[in-house]
Amino acid sequence: MLGSIGAWLRANLFRNRTDAVVTVVVGSILLYALYRFLRFLFVTGRWEIVRVNLPLYLTGAWPSDELWRITTVIVAAALVGGLAAGVAARRAAEAPDRVDTGPRSPGRVALDLLDRLWPAVATVLLLLILARTAAPWLLVVAAVVVAIAANQVGRRLPLRVGWLVNLAIPVGVVAALWLLNGGVGWNEWGGLLLNLALAAIAITLCFPFGVLLALGRRSTFPILRLLSTVYIELFRGVPLIALLLLANQALGFFIPQSIAPGRTVRAIVVLTLFTAAYVAEIVRGGLQSVPPGQIEAGKANGLTALAITRRIVLPQAIRNVIPALVGQFISLFKDTTLAGAAMGFLDLLRAAEASTQQDAFRGDGLIAEALVFVLLVFWAGSYTMSRESQRLEKRLGVGVR
Amino acid sequence: MTTTTPTPEQPTSGSERSTAPAAVPFWRNVRVLAWTFQLVVLGLVIVVLAILFNNVRINSQNQGIPTGFDFLDQPTSFTIPANDLRDTQPVRDAIVEGTLNTLRVSVVGIILATVVGVLIGIGRLSGNWLVRNLARVYVEALRNIPLLGLVVFAYLAIVLTLPRVDDSIQAGNLLIINTRGASIPWPDGTNLLLVGLLALAAIAGWSVRRWRLGVSERTGEPSRVVAWVTPVVLLVLFWGAVLAGVGITSPMIDGPRVTGGMTLQPEYFALLMALVTYTASHIAEIVRGSIQAVPRGQGEAAKAMALTGVQQMRHVVLPQAFRIAIPPIANQYLNLMKNSSLGFVISYFELTKVVSTTIGNRSPAIPAYLVLILIYLVLSLIISLIMNTANRRLELPSR
Repeated sequence: MLGSIGAWLRANLFRNRTDAVVTVVVGSILLYALYRFLRFLFVTGRWEIVRVNLPLYLTGAWPSDELWRITTVIVAAALVGGLAAGVAARRAAEAPDRVDTGPRSPGRVALDLLDRLWPAVATVLLLLILARTAAPWLLVVAAVVVAIAANQVGRRLPLRVGWLVNLAIPVGVVAALWLLNGGVGWNEWGGLLLNLALAAIAITLCFPFGVLLALGRRSTFPILRLLSTVYIELFRGVPLIALLLLANQALGFFIPQSIAPGRTVRAIVVLTLFTAAYVAEIVRGGLQSVPPGQIEAGKANGLTALAITRRIVLPQAIRNVIPALVGQFISLFKDTTLAGAAMGFLDLLRAAEASTQQDAFRGDGLIAEALVFVLLVFWAGSYTMSRESQRLEKRLGVGVR
Repeated sequence: MTTTTPTPEQPTSGSERSTAPAAVPFWRNVRVLAWTFQLVVLGLVIVVLAILFNNVRINSQNQGIPTGFDFLDQPTSFTIPANDLRDTQPVRDAIVEGTLNTLRVSVVGIILATVVGVLIGIGRLSGNWLVRNLARVYVEALRNIPLLGLVVFAYLAIVLTLPRVDDSIQAGNLLIINTRGASIPWPDGTNLLLVGLLALAAIAGWSVRRWRLGVSERTGEPSRVVAWVTPVVLLVLFWGAVLAGVGITSPMIDGPRVTGGMTLQPEYFALLMALVTYTASHIAEIVRGSIQAVPRGQGEAAKAMALTGVQQMRHVVLPQAFRIAIPPIANQYLNLMKNSSLGFVISYFELTKVVSTTIGNRSPAIPAYLVLILIYLVLSLIISLIMNTANRRLELPSR
C-alpha cells in the first residue's frame, strides 16, 4: 500500500528535480489559497444574507401567495420531462442498431445520474439546506417522484402515442408561460427565474432563425446571401450590452409608443437576434461539413431541393455541431445577466448586489458572500450543461462515424 | 427549392402534339422563380427598414430631437474621471477618449490573456498531477461563470475592499495598491516621446536579429538572437532616455493621495483582471486542443533528437500548434474587445459607457448608437486584419 503510494507520487509529482520544485511551490500556494477559501466558506463568511434573501435571489419580487404557479410549473415540467425521457429510452431500446448493455439496477442508474449531474444536484441540495423550511424539500421530492413515475409510464406507452408526448412539450411551454404570466406579469419577473426564462425562450426562438440565416448565407441566391451575410456580420461585430442599451433607450423611436413591448420582450428579442447570428455561423460550419456526395445522392433520387435540405443536409449538419451549439446556449444563459445590467431587471446577479444595500446588511461588506453564491449557481448550471454536451458528443460519435 | 416534379405527359388529341419541347412557361421557369423570390424578400426587408426609418424621423420630430450628426460638435457637459477632458469640449472628443479607453483595456488584456492562457493550456497537459489538475479546475471554473459576474466581483468584492490610501499595500516605491488604484513607476516624458523611444529600440533590435540570423545562415554558428538583442535594446532605451531627458518617477504616498508614477484606475484594474482571467480560460482550452492536434510523432521525434522538454515544446510542438490555434484565438481577441463594453456596468468610461452617457446628456440616441456600432465594427475589422495577416504568414506553404 505505502509502496504503491510512493510509486504514484514518484510518477506524478516528483519525476525529477524541477518537477519536485514545481510541486512544492505550486502545492504551498495552493494550500494557502485553499486555507483562505475554506476559512471564508466556514469561518469568516456570513451567509445569513443569502439565507434571508433566497426567495429574492430565486424569484425576484414574486408575491408569496402566487408561489403555487411556480410549484405547478416545476412539477409539470418533471412530469413531461419524465414522460419524454421514458419514450426516448423505449425508442432507443427498440432501435435496430442498439448496443445491448444489459439491464441496469435502479441503484446503478441513480449512481450514473448522480455522476452526470452532480454539480446541479449539489447546488439544489445547498439551496434546500439554506432554505430551512419543509416546503422546498416537499417540492423537490414530489418533482423527483413524479419524474420517476412518468419515466416508467413513458417506457410502457405504445410507440404510436409517442407523438403526443412530443406535442406536450411545446404546449406545456406555452401553458407554463401563461401560468407564470398570471401572477405578476412578466415585466416584473426577477431572480434566477428570469435568467432561466430569458435563456429558455431565446434559445428556442434563435435556433430556427439561426438555421434560416445559415441556409441563406450558403444559398445560391445572391440577394439572400448578401442579406444574411450583412445581418450576421453586423450582429457579431457589436457587443451585446450595446444592443440591449439600444433597445432600452432607443426602441421607442423605431415603433409607435402604443405598441412598444415591455422590457422582458425587448430583452428576449435582442438576445434572440444576437444569438441567431452566432448560431448561424455554427450551423454554417455544419453545412460545410456535409460531403457534397450526400446532396448529389439526394438529387439522383429525385428529391426536391427542399427535401434534400430538410431530410439529408440539415440532420447531418446539425448533428456535427451540437457541442458548439450547446456551448453557444450556455453563453446565452450566462449573457442573460447583461439584460439585468442594461435594462434594470432584478435578475439573480442584480438581486444579489441589491441585497447588500438592504437595511439589515448595509455597510456590512457582504458583497463577496452574495456574489460567490450567484457565481456558484451559474457555474453549476453551465457546467452541468457542458458535461452533458460532451456526453452527447461521445454518444453521437461526432468525428468518429 | 424550385425544382419541378416531372408530370406524366397527358395524351392529347393527336394533331396538337408538338415534337419540339414547348417553351417553359415563366411561372415554372426556375430562374424566374428564384429571382422573383429573392426580389420579394429584398422588397420586404426594404419596406420594413423604410417603415422603421420613417418612424424614427416622425418620432424625433415630435419630440424635437435632431436626427443628424451635429451632436458630435456640441459640448459634452460631463467629465470622465482621471481624464483631462473638459466638459466644454465637443462630444466627438469624448467618443475618441472612450475608444482609446476601450483600446487600452483591450490591447493590454489581449497580451496578458494570451500569456496566461498559453501557460495554463500547456499546464493542462503537464506530467505533473498537481499542475495538470490545477489548470483543469481553473479552466472548468472560469469558463462556466458569467463574465459580468466576474467583472462585478472584481470591482465590488476585490478592488473596492482594498485598503485606503493611508494603509496601502506597498512594495517599496515599486507598487502601491489601495482603493484608488494600483500605482507603478513610469517614465515622465510625453507619450509621443515614449512611443518614439520604443520604436527606435524595436528597430534596433529587429536589425540586430536580422544580422544575427544572416550570420548564422552564412557561417553555421549559433545565432544567439536573445543574447544579442536584449543588451542592444536595453542600451538603446537607456541612452535614448538619458539623451532625451526622460527620467522615471516612482509613486509616493502624499497625504490623501498617491503622486508620481502611473496610477491604474480601480475600474480599469477590475475590468482588466476579469477580462484576462476569463479569456485566458478560453484560450487555454484552444491551446490544449491545438497541442493535442499536433501528431504525436512530432513530439516523439523531437525527444528522439534528445531535445529537452522545453525545447520540444518551443521548437517543435508549439509552432505547429499555433498554426492550428490562430483562427479560434483571433475569435477570442474579438470577444475580449467586445466584452470590454462590460466596463459600462462598473463605470469604466470605455466606448459604450461614453456613448450611453452622452445620450443621457441630450445627444440623440439613434445617431449616437450608429457611431458606436460603426466604431466597434472598425475595431473588429482591424483585429481581424491583423490576425489574418498573422495566419497567412504562419501558414504552411502549400505542398
